[in-house]
Amino acid sequence: MSIAVLPAPVSARDADHRPGLGRLTLVELRKMTDTRAGLWLLSITAFLTVAVVAIAGLTLDAQDRTLREFLAIATVPLSLLGPVVGILLVTSEWSQRTSLITFTLVPHRSRVLVAKLFAGISLAVIGIQLCLATALLATAAFGGGGDETWSLSAALIGQDALSVVVAMIAGVGFGAVLLASAPAIVLFFVLPTAWAALGQINALEGAAKWLDQTRAMEHMLERSLSGAEWARVGTSVALWVMLPVVIGFWRVKRDDVR
Amino acid sequence: MIEAHGLTKRLGGNVVVDDVTFRCEPGTVTGFLGPNGAGKTTTMRMLVGLLDPDGGDAAVLDREYRDLPNPGRRVGILLDAAAQHGGRRGREALAVSAQMMAIDEARVEALLDLVGLERSAARKRVRQYSLGMRQRLGIAHALLGDPQVLILDEPANGLDPEGMRWMRDLLRDFADRGGTVLLSSHLLNEVEMIADRMVIIGGGKIVAQGTRAELLAGSGTLVRASDEVALAAALIAAGLESRAGSEGGFVVEAEPEEVGRAALAGGVALSRLEPSENGGLEQLFFDLTTAAPDALPADFVEATR
Repeated sequence: MSIAVLPAPVSARDADHRPGLGRLTLVELRKMTDTRAGLWLLSITAFLTVAVVAIAGLTLDAQDRTLREFLAIATVPLSLLGPVVGILLVTSEWSQRTSLITFTLVPHRSRVLVAKLFAGISLAVIGIQLCLATALLATAAFGGGGDETWSLSAALIGQDALSVVVAMIAGVGFGAVLLASAPAIVLFFVLPTAWAALGQINALEGAAKWLDQTRAMEHMLERSLSGAEWARVGTSVALWVMLPVVIGFWRVKRDDVR
Repeated sequence: MIEAHGLTKRLGGNVVVDDVTFRCEPGTVTGFLGPNGAGKTTTMRMLVGLLDPDGGDAAVLDREYRDLPNPGRRVGILLDAAAQHGGRRGREALAVSAQMMAIDEARVEALLDLVGLERSAARKRVRQYSLGMRQRLGIAHALLGDPQVLILDEPANGLDPEGMRWMRDLLRDFADRGGTVLLSSHLLNEVEMIADRMVIIGGGKIVAQGTRAELLAGSGTLVRASDEVALAAALIAAGLESRAGSEGGFVVEAEPEEVGRAALAGGVALSRLEPSENGGLEQLFFDLTTAAPDALPADFVEATR
């Protein structure tokens, strides 16, 4: 058998062009869904979303069966499991050692990490749209019929989307800092909770208000935030999202890929 | 073309690659030979920009690997066939990389055929693959971008004799069409089967390099006779240094003609007289990689550089 029988590879046009970030982002989105683990995780998220919304529709009181409530509920599985997808998008390259392939095809590693962030954000945006569709369907089916049933401000949808996107970025960041699935997933959930527990101590009360992401973001799904509340969201995001991402870039660049 | 110039790497206080210099020309298959832990993999990782050298530099196709805009389209790499996502299907593993380097996915099918992975096997998840199948998938992956250079770390691992022959033909054909191949192995006979040139590394240092003939030059003559006592006497009488051969007879530090004259003078009928071939190369490989390089005759090391 000879290589000469192979079809001509393709346009030689791209051979000396760097693959663009758009292409790399599409590749990363593909990697989220083309493994058994990734497919299961996304399927479970979708299933849970439908399940919790249906349960809410059947059990909540009439005045609570509103679009706003359904959207908040529909977003819960995505905001919990979405970051896990983000974590695995980074860490599976190390646990499965595909980083050896990825970084020889794209030697500038930070471009790969940027593509992973973009892919995570894209998934979050697609996810939030599906949540919104689910919430709309649920309201049509189970809506309580009061004045508030269909009321939902654009600001609230935006805040909802933002919270999911932020969680996703944090997931990718935690993955990149630890480069190992289990520790990244555990710390992603445990660290903020431990921090929140520390916040119960009176002396730390002030700091916690600003740096505890759960508290800073607690009203994000309920109402439009005030300026001061936005400032708290900003500081907590800097600590829990930007810091891991920055450390992650440094770590990924320096790591001895084996 | 692959060039390594003075590559040096320290890991954990040890010098694992020490001033490694070699060149692989287009149209040739170069075997990178050395025992496990000699520094082959570390050297290759520096060639492809996965590891920063502490000294020296490397170039692939006249530039630093990292400066190739779309390296997969110029250089095919297989560093470890086990480094694939176990939960991904074989075909999909190739398709992801094809998308990454902007290649038509139709080429994936052609490569699966080329490496002999059946459609049914390509649909399986990589976790279910044998080492030999992973190795074939890895070769397909390396050839995916229609590269001019191949860098393969222990590609023959896990291949059966038929697979070995297949790979030899494939790499031969690749080189004959102007490609450059560097492949590593810790097994001499693997490399001997495939490579035109050998670069032998031991303890992080290049201890010898050249073609098979160049490496064997001066490695002696194998001589046998049914009357070994008379043969030994004749060799001593002629003042020739010799040692016992691994399968009987003697390995003499002289050209065949000289040995033949000694036997004639001693009146010994020879049953064999030839340049010390395989045994010589095996012995050479063993000596080169086990002895500290300083213990080798300086002129030999010099001659083979």
